[in-house]
Amino acid sequence: MRILYFANFREKMDLSEETVILPPNVYNVRLLVEWLSKRNDASLAVFADHELIRVAVNQEIVEFDTEIKADDEIAFFPPMTGG
Amino acid sequence: MIRVQAEDFDIGNEISIITNQNQNIGGICSFTGLVREFNPNSKIQAMTLEHYPGMTEKQLSKIENEAHERWDLSDSLIIHRFGCLKPKDRIVLVITASAHRKAAFESCQFLMDWLKTKAPFWKMEETATGSHWVAAKSSDDLEVEKWSAKNK
Repeated sequence: MRILYFANFREKMDLSEETVILPPNVYNVRLLVEWLSKRNDASLAVFADHELIRVAVNQEIVEFDTEIKADDEIAFFPPMTGG
Repeated sequence: MIRVQAEDFDIGNEISIITNQNQNIGGICSFTGLVREFNPNSKIQAMTLEHYPGMTEKQLSKIENEAHERWDLSDSLIIHRFGCLKPKDRIVLVITASAHRKAAFESCQFLMDWLKTKAPFWKMEETATGSHWVAAKSSDDLEVEKWSAKNK
């Protein structure tokens, strides 16, 4: 699975993109967030406040209960500030 | 039409193009967003706009189509810049053209309200004390929610 990070997520993770192999029990966004946050201190900090996480699956904003598949493009970022 | 670009744009030129390419436009509404010189605490030296290439274009096209479904528009244009900008630089341009002013005014505001909270852009301000990501405003969320509550 391809995961992209933007704005403060990219900065805090020191990573703009990575490819991960999902364990079989990680089948939705919420489980992915929990799985990613357990990896290291940077991940734990960046995924701590769920209110400040926005997630896109295949370039569409989704909620945490959205199911995910191995070939999805996932992106994590803070609330958007365009315009 | 939508354009996501680092370059500046010429508002007059864009309005002329729309005027020349269409018939029966009675009114054109345009909104231009600029980089402010001050935030509440300090002077802004620069602003960097990051975006999500691919998703940005996809979402802008989608919302432009929605505006055309909700209002009778002759034409529309959304330009959003990214990269490093200075105070007073233009960030965003929305133009809507219609036979009548109401559709042009309303759709222009609808598109801008939507852009503030739903387009995948993030602003980083640089001031004398350092740089920080601009926090989203809950008031902007409320503005965009008003449009979902309204009937077509």
